[in-house]
Amino acid sequence: MSQLALVIDLNVCVGCHACVTNCKEWNTSGSAGALSDDNPYGKDPTGTFFNRVQTYEIGEFPKTETLHFPKSCLHCEDPPCVPVCPTGASYKREEDGIVLVDYDKCIGCRYCSWACPYGAREIDEHQKVMKKCTLCVDRIYDESLPEEERKPACVLACPTSARLFGDVHDPDSEVSVAIREQGGYQLMPEWGTKPSNHYLPRRKNHVSYHKDELERVDNPLKKEDYQVDASEPSLDDVTSW
Amino acid sequence: MQPAFSVIFLTTLIGMGQGLFLAIYTEQVYSVLNVVQSNSSDKFYGIASAVALVLLILGLISSIFHLGRPERAWRAASMWRTSWLSREVIVLPIVMGLVFLFGMVHFMSWNPVIMQFGSVAVRLSLIIGAFATLATFALYIATGMIYACLKFLQEWHSPLTVINYLLLGSVSGFTMASVIAAYEQPELVPFFVGWSITLLLFAFIFRGASLMRNKRLRPKSTVQTAIGVRHNQIKQKSMGFMGGSMNTRDFFHGKTRLFLRSIKTIFLVLVFAMPLTMLIIALFKPSLTILGIAVVSMYIGLLAERWYFFAEGNHPQNIYYQSIA
Repeated sequence: MSQLALVIDLNVCVGCHACVTNCKEWNTSGSAGALSDDNPYGKDPTGTFFNRVQTYEIGEFPKTETLHFPKSCLHCEDPPCVPVCPTGASYKREEDGIVLVDYDKCIGCRYCSWACPYGAREIDEHQKVMKKCTLCVDRIYDESLPEEERKPACVLACPTSARLFGDVHDPDSEVSVAIREQGGYQLMPEWGTKPSNHYLPRRKNHVSYHKDELERVDNPLKKEDYQVDASEPSLDDVTSW
Repeated sequence: MQPAFSVIFLTTLIGMGQGLFLAIYTEQVYSVLNVVQSNSSDKFYGIASAVALVLLILGLISSIFHLGRPERAWRAASMWRTSWLSREVIVLPIVMGLVFLFGMVHFMSWNPVIMQFGSVAVRLSLIIGAFATLATFALYIATGMIYACLKFLQEWHSPLTVINYLLLGSVSGFTMASVIAAYEQPELVPFFVGWSITLLLFAFIFRGASLMRNKRLRPKSTVQTAIGVRHNQIKQKSMGFMGGSMNTRDFFHGKTRLFLRSIKTIFLVLVFAMPLTMLIIALFKPSLTILGIAVVSMYIGLLAERWYFFAEGNHPQNIYYQSIA
């Protein structure tokens, strides 16, 4: 069974919010209806978003690092939001593991949002139903699109290719290899939700040398080891002018 | 969490309604077994059942205000295999139906003897009441488990949550029963007042235990586990937007610590200290006014208690929403 998911490379994300914008654009234009906004240009704007990029500062000045952190529904393998739903509107698809909300069954009781530790669910204040990231389920299977465009909108928008999309149950997929080889991790592992989305950590390249790599251990004449006796005048004192 | 008044009214009203039913049924069982000597009239049971039913209906009505799409509420009965909310939605009407039947059987005096054990006559109402009692306990458990089953709301994830829903609901119902008894059948007042005092003491012990437990809790989730970075100094600089969203509105009460502490003091006084004093006075000098004060104080206090219960829940998603920039 496959499990579609995103792998987000925090080493590459520059925090441009292009994924946020493209997510909103695609998902507000779909057949499920708009993602409503109130006062978008007013004093107290609010609206429904599936994806946000947050920024964290790690360390204390001057030793700080900035981390840009995109967050959307993690499509948990054991999603705590699904069993609590009283109507069955919240469900996890057998075939590809996407966690979805049936907007026609949802009664807007908000219980699933209480049951999600990641804050991935938002109520649409106009349709009065719970909404969340669908992994662009209306796009990734659309055969009228060219094959390379059958990916979530956020993945297509990312200018630095920080977002990978694929099946994390297929051990040879791009996402599985990235998780395995680049230290992919899950958020809040303490709750046992087994998020499908993974994050690749910030990493720097360090080259470490051992002393014996700098020293020619096989030098028979030990030229570098030449000891100067400072108490007596040497030939250098005479010849170096 | 941000306390929702629809849920505060729902849980306090149905809690009292269930407790009131338990009170009159307890009294009926005692009088059938001749433990209390009373000729409790069918009229008393009828009135008390009607009040319990009204409380349950008011609770149901207030719950509708919590739903975005109340016209689809019937769908909520479908997922009883996994969802405690669904179980509550199923059991609540069953309790209402059985309490209605129990009240009608008494009120209309359709109360034939079904079985006879020696001098103990088991009437129809006693059998309906037994089923209604089971349903009432199931409803308390379902209501409490809705909150207790959410494992990352650590303040709620404890058997104490269910015990407190049961005890606080029962004590408010027994106190209400003593008010109705003072109005309709004064010789029953000591019975209900005695039960109320006992339940109030138990409720105080378990609610106090829950307050103490929550004071010592250490959150399992930290900003380190939330973003997966191992560093002691991590600060959010931006949550990704400058306006509000459901994430900033629904999961935090937005009040100061002082406000929270004063609500706690208020509910401890109004739910426990004040009614206890009134009930003890009523034990010696039964009076409708004194018991009325006890039940009003207790109900207002329970609203504060439930507000505090919700506000105290610390949702881990708040870690992601700390800073606007």
